[in-house]
Amino acid sequence: MAEFVQLLFAGLTTGAVYALVALGFTLIFQASEVVNFAQGEFVMLGGMVTVFAYNAGVPLPLAALLAVVVAAATGTLLHSLAIAPAKGATVVTLIIVTIGASILIRGLAQIIFDKQFHALPAFSGDEPLRVFGAAILPQSLWVLGGSGTIVLGLWLFMERTLLGKAVRATAANRLAAELVGIDTRLVLTLAFAVSAAIGAVGGILVTPITLTSYAVGTLLALKGFAAAMLGGIGNPVGAVVGGLVLGLLEAFAAGWISSTYKDGVAFLVILLVLFALPQGLLGRAAVGRV
Amino acid sequence: MPPEPLLQVRNLRCGYGRIEAVKGVDLEVAAGEIVALVGGNGAGKTTLLRAISGVLPVGSGTIRFAGEPIERRRPDERVALGIVQVPEGRQLFGPLSVLDNLRLGAFRRGRARTRVNLERVFALFPQLAERQDTPAGTLSGGQQQMCAIGRALMAEPALLLLDEPSMGLAPFLVEQILETVVRLRAEGVTVLLVEQNAVAALSLADRGYVLETGRIAYAGTGRDLLGDPVVQEAYLGV
Ligand SMILES: Nc1ncnc2c1ncn2[C@@H]1O[C@H](COP(=O)(O)OP(=O)(O)OP(=O)(O)O)[C@@H](O)[C@H]1O
Ligand SMILES: [Mg+2]
Repeated sequence: MAEFVQLLFAGLTTGAVYALVALGFTLIFQASEVVNFAQGEFVMLGGMVTVFAYNAGVPLPLAALLAVVVAAATGTLLHSLAIAPAKGATVVTLIIVTIGASILIRGLAQIIFDKQFHALPAFSGDEPLRVFGAAILPQSLWVLGGSGTIVLGLWLFMERTLLGKAVRATAANRLAAELVGIDTRLVLTLAFAVSAAIGAVGGILVTPITLTSYAVGTLLALKGFAAAMLGGIGNPVGAVVGGLVLGLLEAFAAGWISSTYKDGVAFLVILLVLFALPQGLLGRAAVGRV
Repeated sequence: MPPEPLLQVRNLRCGYGRIEAVKGVDLEVAAGEIVALVGGNGAGKTTLLRAISGVLPVGSGTIRFAGEPIERRRPDERVALGIVQVPEGRQLFGPLSVLDNLRLGAFRRGRARTRVNLERVFALFPQLAERQDTPAGTLSGGQQQMCAIGRALMAEPALLLLDEPSMGLAPFLVEQILETVVRLRAEGVTVLLVEQNAVAALSLADRGYVLETGRIAYAGTGRDLLGDPVVQEAYLGV
């Protein structure tokens, strides 16, 4: 029982981060049909900027805020400089553009920061909580609570605000969105900025547990993508479910089989989804045009 | 005609890449008019409307709205000025509810205006009020067209660009939609109407233009065009 609960929490914690990455993928994919492989770099920026600002003496909450702003600005630049000018390019071209952007961001991070691994102090101490005999880090609760808050906030934004509906309208029918007076280019920039901010928050929350370095983005992008595929790409609920399921699969594969296979799980999931479940668990988003 | 038309298009050229679909068009719409734009398949009617609403960039020529050149303005800015297009094929936001489609129509108008305009649209199309919570994509063809027109009205158009509003509709619905056009004009909306159904469009229009492979072939009052033997033979199937 103790081991099960331990693995469960470990799985949900990493799964929550994958869910945030997958949600970032989903938001951008819905609004623009771009699969943004630079999504993992936003998570990296979240952790790294916070670490360096914090080590330079900035209080942790402010350092975290700065990191979110830097990531959102990077997302905005990515859209304005690389995606928007490539208007009319094929999906494959756009994917290559985002892969190029991710390599660039990683390279710059390596120069501006360094190649070391870095830690942040846990937000509310390192004293584990005892739950059914398992030792749960308080930071895990921060990750779960923070991710949950973001998911809820994003849902409220998309369902309850006119601007959120404008994002959905742009996703559903770009031409019609322009005809009702939505500046669709601005909406897409907003989608990139919000996706980046969401990724950054994931990076900040999880760094006290997993450490961070300039290079963590690549694997996170892959796993977030696997999670998004698993849930049904373009489907926000699917992204969250896919992320959590992937995190759990990894944790239990590591705990019950061998930790050597942990990272392999994501690749296995991608292959399985491609061959057996092309719509994902919850189905692709109805990006239906009328 | 008054000296300053609401819409004035001069020597307009535009198209898709190397294909020029509109080849030097002159067209005017005075405030309060219904102007019909007719012509065969691929004549360039939709292309011309898209250039006026701004979703298609202009190659050369000018478009003036209330005296102001607008051909370099973004589409959302033109909506704010009062140029609103009901696109060919409805183009609703399918997964969103009817109510959300309508609200988004008033995206540039603010909350208070949205409420007022919503009442007006529901009064015009009571069926939309009944189905306001259903996804727009699941409406019947006629209801979708009402939703598309309703969404455009939410933006408080000074100039309404209608692209084949009767396409694919049963005859009684066509009549209802065309009656709506006349009613809107009575409420002060200026209308540029594109129709395959040339006889119906010219009958209710003050003036009309016949577009032929990207050029204006004939222009005149609705009655003159309906009575012109050449136009009759080529476009009215008489
Ligand atoms: N997206 C596009 N890309 C390339 N060519 C296009 C495109 N849309 C239209 N055309 C071409 O431009 C010309 C004018 O088309 P347009 O749609 O404006 O005609 P239309 O008068 O609206 O016809 P219809 O009555 O069939 O709607 C046609 O030759 C058409 O093939
Ligand atoms: Mg057309």
